[in-house]
Amino acid sequence: MSRFLFPRWANLLLPTVILAGATIPLYAFFFVAYGLSPKTLEVGFQPEQPVPYSHALHAGELGIDCRYCHTNVDKAAYATVPPTQTCLNCHTNIRPTSPKLVKVQESAATGLPIQWQRVHKLPDFAYFDHSAHVNRGVGCVSCHGRVDKMEVVYQTKPLSMGWCLECHREPEINLRPVSEITNLAWDSATESSFEERQALIAKYHINPNDNCSTCHR
Amino acid sequence: MTTLPHNAKFGQSAIDNTVERPGERAPLVLNLTTFGEVTATVCRVNEAEKAPFAWYVAFAGAVGLLSILGACITYLIFTGVGVWGLNNPVMWAYDITNFVFWVGIGHAGTLISAILFLFRQKWRTGINRFAEAMTIFAVICAGTFPGIHVGRVWFAYWLFPIPNQMEMWPQFRSPLLWDVFAVSTYFTVSLLFWYTGMVPDLATLRDRAKGKLQQLGYGIFALGWRGSNRHWHRYERAYLLLAALSTPLVLSVHSVVSFDFATSQLPGWHTTIFPPYFVAGAIFSGFAMVVTLAVPARELFGLKDLITLRHLDNMNKVILATGCMVGYAYSMEFFIAWYSGAMYEKFAFINRAFGQYWWAYLIMVSCNVITPQLFWFKKLRTSIPIMFVLSIVVNVGMWFERFVIIVSSLANDFLPSSWDMFTPTWVDIGTMVGAFGLFFTLFLLFCRYLPMIAMAEVKAIMPRADPHGLGGPSKSKHSHATSHAAAHDAGHTNL
Repeated sequence: MSRFLFPRWANLLLPTVILAGATIPLYAFFFVAYGLSPKTLEVGFQPEQPVPYSHALHAGELGIDCRYCHTNVDKAAYATVPPTQTCLNCHTNIRPTSPKLVKVQESAATGLPIQWQRVHKLPDFAYFDHSAHVNRGVGCVSCHGRVDKMEVVYQTKPLSMGWCLECHREPEINLRPVSEITNLAWDSATESSFEERQALIAKYHINPNDNCSTCHR
Repeated sequence: MTTLPHNAKFGQSAIDNTVERPGERAPLVLNLTTFGEVTATVCRVNEAEKAPFAWYVAFAGAVGLLSILGACITYLIFTGVGVWGLNNPVMWAYDITNFVFWVGIGHAGTLISAILFLFRQKWRTGINRFAEAMTIFAVICAGTFPGIHVGRVWFAYWLFPIPNQMEMWPQFRSPLLWDVFAVSTYFTVSLLFWYTGMVPDLATLRDRAKGKLQQLGYGIFALGWRGSNRHWHRYERAYLLLAALSTPLVLSVHSVVSFDFATSQLPGWHTTIFPPYFVAGAIFSGFAMVVTLAVPARELFGLKDLITLRHLDNMNKVILATGCMVGYAYSMEFFIAWYSGAMYEKFAFINRAFGQYWWAYLIMVSCNVITPQLFWFKKLRTSIPIMFVLSIVVNVGMWFERFVIIVSSLANDFLPSSWDMFTPTWVDIGTMVGAFGLFFTLFLLFCRYLPMIAMAEVKAIMPRADPHGLGGPSKSKHSHATSHAAAHDAGHTNL
């Protein structure tokens, strides 16, 4: 038997093992924490819509209130995607022949709805009610971002459970007076004080539970 | 049953090292005089071409039981916890009983390896290695149960406070989470301690190995140990530090396990005596398990000179002492139930002894308190068959202790309208029995492939390791076992 059991190159194994032992868990951690995060996987989702409808034009430039189309947002769980008729309220008279409106006219003629692509998706096991939030000072912008600046709507927030809980655990960071609920330009951080927002908690009787059955019913 | 040949040089010893002679230390190694003989005796188990026939029989049995465990767990995972006999008031039964039982078993290993080390109890060297192995395997068995009792095992990682995108955390005020910390710390420290202590012995096996595979296998895990002065210096330091780290764990782990019950408000669980009572019970059952394992192991692998009757005698004394503590705790629970004047508390204990689980209570008391009293007699304490049977009886009793505490308290709580009776299903029983298969499979593999006795440490307590020759050749005639050493103590060692 030779004096040494292992060849000289075996000495390299120890630093390799130590290095791998240190870096692989680190890589795995960052991969899961950032690579698999909804912040990476979900934010920026921007499906192509059948009609080139511009929120930037309608909600931004023209200043149409969100609730003109999303009529049920303060009354029901769902915000409602408007029926074709809502478009035609104006477009019967305004640019009725625009090629961008072909699909809208078709839909009106056939009675088949436009196949809008859903952008903000919550899983079935998560219960969410728009009216409960909108009537208690959680503005549209808090979850949907500056839709009034988007040509095509995309997702700006991760909509992860952790993201929901951030606000449920500390509602005062995002609250606003109900009068500013659809005002996307109104920034609660600059235009209201912490104390004012805290006062809103009492005013609107806000009690955002963070137990499981609040959202998983 | 074939066994490995006993050390042929001197034959079976007639020396009785359980006798106390004033002014003298009883020898802890019999018949083996040189260091080389110790090495040969221990390594023979690992180096033999074939294990003793009984090993194969035992291993086949253990793997059979292990497959029952696997089948039961698979069935549980695919079907749900409904396959167990749990019902509405009894939401914990065999699962947590088994968990507490196995965690408790582990405690003897840590006590032997850490506390007896710090107290310089030399007899620990003969048994510490496999007692520590037992600890690790017992904690593995224990860890299985919280993992599977959650029902949706794919979410078992929720037990750990891992940062996640759901920003969901375990309840830090819950003792169930403290349990996760206690048991995982316990496992990590025990594993490190066991492995650190084994490095010099692995190097011995590496140096003696004939086959390439054995050389490489033991060589990798010996971590390049050469036995240099510096190696020994660092080893001793590390070992001492790990012993100091493990010592509080002997007390803390089962205390935390007892908090699972003690911090609740259920009569029969809500008791301040639980932490010390659980720790005593853990050491009690752990030592019983060490005896259960040591008796056949020393017989089968020819280790009677290293695990002597004195070692077993000492362990039986510990069993007797802790058994009395457990008995005290049982009676104190009843006293407090009466003394507190709380009617629910009173009912819980009367119900425990005379209610629907009276038979379990009877088994518990007779196995844990009454039969260990036989160990007051030296004749019985040093009788191999009696200690073997008694050690098994103790473990049966300790399993029933956990069953009685958990199930009888849950089944009859505050509301008589919700009372029910727990009856185990075949899956409950299969999982319980199967866990022994997991334990014995691991233990038998350990016996075959790893040094069962801490050779380096045993050598240090032999007379010839004493530089001043105390107990050596010049000692008086009636000294215990040193006359052989005198004849062979030719000055150089066979390390």
